[in-house]
Amino acid sequence: MSGLVVKDLSVSHGAVQAVRNLSFAVAPGSLTAIIGANGAGKTTLLRALTGLKKAESGSAFWNDLSLLGAKPEGLVRAGVVHVADGKSVIPEFTVEENLDLGGLWRRGKKDVALAKSEILQLFPALTTRMKQHAATLSGGERQMVAIGRALMSRPKLLLLDEPSLGLAPKVIANIFDSLNQLRSEFGLTIALVEQNAMSALKVADHGVVINLGELVASGPASQLLADPALRAAYLGF
Amino acid sequence: MIRLISTLLIGLSSGAIYALMALALVLVWRSTRVVNFAQAGQAILSTYIGYEVIVHVNNYWLALPIAALAGAVIGALVDAILIRRLSQSTGPSAGIRPVIATLGLLGLISSIVGLIWGNDLKRIPTPVGTHGYTFGHTTIPFSPYNLLIVASAAIVMLLFAIVFQRTNLGLALRASAFAPETARLAGVRVDRTRTIGWAFAGAAGAIAGVMITPQNALSPNSMDLLLVLGFVAAVIGGLDSLIGAGLGGIVLGLGLALILEYVSTSLAFPAAFIVLILVLLVRPQGLLGKLRSRDA
Repeated sequence: MSGLVVKDLSVSHGAVQAVRNLSFAVAPGSLTAIIGANGAGKTTLLRALTGLKKAESGSAFWNDLSLLGAKPEGLVRAGVVHVADGKSVIPEFTVEENLDLGGLWRRGKKDVALAKSEILQLFPALTTRMKQHAATLSGGERQMVAIGRALMSRPKLLLLDEPSLGLAPKVIANIFDSLNQLRSEFGLTIALVEQNAMSALKVADHGVVINLGELVASGPASQLLADPALRAAYLGF
Repeated sequence: MIRLISTLLIGLSSGAIYALMALALVLVWRSTRVVNFAQAGQAILSTYIGYEVIVHVNNYWLALPIAALAGAVIGALVDAILIRRLSQSTGPSAGIRPVIATLGLLGLISSIVGLIWGNDLKRIPTPVGTHGYTFGHTTIPFSPYNLLIVASAAIVMLLFAIVFQRTNLGLALRASAFAPETARLAGVRVDRTRTIGWAFAGAAGAIAGVMITPQNALSPNSMDLLLVLGFVAAVIGGLDSLIGAGLGGIVLGLGLALILEYVSTSLAFPAAFIVLILVLLVRPQGLLGKLRSRDA
C-alpha cells in the first residue's frame, strides 16, 4: 500500500462522533480534495491523522507509517505536515521567524536555506515582508506563510485545513495555483480539506465528499463536479 | 541629593535580585502556565550547593556558576519528573494540580535541606568589599558587592535576551510558550523545549539566591520573602514578559528603597503588597502591553 490510506476510521469530538467508519485513499503525487460542509468532521479528521486527536478505531497509514497514535512533531520528521486552519501562523513572530520555525528541527542547514529561497520564489509577495510581524499581514499572505512554514521541513504529504477560509476568490485561486505547482514540481502528495467545493475540486485530481463524518462519494474530481445530484445535495453549487 | 542617589543605587541593587527571581518565575509561567512556588526551594538547594563549593574550595567565582548549573539541572528535573506528567492530566482540577505540586515540592525541598544542612544560619562570604564607596567625605551604602549584583543581573538578562531573540533555541522556546500546538506542527519537540525553559529559570533563581545570601544568611526558608517579591516584580512586569520581569524587579527595588529611606522602615513590605494588589486591580496586564510582552 502506498500513499495515504485511511480505513474504517472513527473519531469523537466531545460527545459527538465526528468521523464515522471513514475510508478513503490519497494516491502518491496526487492532490485530493476532501469536501464537506461546516461540521462535516473535516478538521477532526485531519487532527486525528496528525496526532493532535485520538482515534477510536480504524487505521491510517502513510506508506508504511501508521499515523494513529504518532506525535505531530514525530510525523513532521517523517514528512507528514499539517497546516491547521487560520491559527497556524504566530502573529507576534515576524514572517521570517514563522518560516524558520518549520526548519528548526532539521540538521541540514544548507537545505533549510535553500527551502526558504524556494518558498520566496513560490510566494514572492513575502519577500519584502520577512521582517514584519505576521499580525500585519493580509489573510492571503498569512496562508502563504503557513504553507511556507510547512514547506521548510520538506514534506512529502501535506495536509491542509481550509486554506481558502476568509479569502477573496482571486487570492484563493492564487493559493490553489501554488498548491498545484507544489504537486507537479516537487511531487508532493496533498490532501486539501475544503468547504469551498467548487474551487477545490477544480484544482484537485481526486475528490472525497464527506457529510456528518461519513463518506458520501469519492472519485475523480471532474466526475464529482459533473454529478448533478451530488452538486445539489452536498457541494452547494 | 547624594542621599537620593545613594538610595536609588541601593534600590537598584536589591531590584536586580528581585528581577532575577521574577525572570525565573516568568520563564516557567509562560512556558508551562505554572506558578512555580518551588522556585524558592530550588534556589535554596542551589545556593546550599554553592555554599558547599565555598566551604570546600573557598572560591566564590567557582561557586556561582556551579550553583547556577545546579539550579538549571534541578529546574529541568522538576519539569521532566513532575510537572510534565501533571500537565498532561485531565479533569476539572487539572490546571491547578501542577501548582499545588510545586507548593508541596517547596515544603519537601526545605525539609530535606534542613535535614542535610541543619536549620542554623550559614554565611557566604562576598568576593568583593561590602563597604560603601566614598565620595569626598561621604560614604554611601552602595558597595562594590552591590555593583557586582547589578552587573551580574545585567549580564544574565542580556544573555537571556540574546538567546531568546537571536537564536534558534530562543525561537523554539518562544513558540513553545505562546503557540504550543503550532510549534508541534512545525516539528518542535515542545516538551523538551519547555524543560530547557525550566532549566534557564532554575539558573536565574540560583543566581538570585547566591546573590542575596550575604545580606540575609542562608537557612532552609531564607528565600521565602525573595519568592514573594519575585512574584510582585513579575506581576508588575506583566507575567508574560522577560523584559517586564527585569523592569518590574527594578521598579520594586527602587520603590522599596525610597519608602525605607524616606517614609518608614516598617512600611516597606506592606507597601510591596499594596503595589501588588493595585497592579492587579488597575493594570493586570502589567507595565508592558500584551503584544509587546511576547517578544522576549
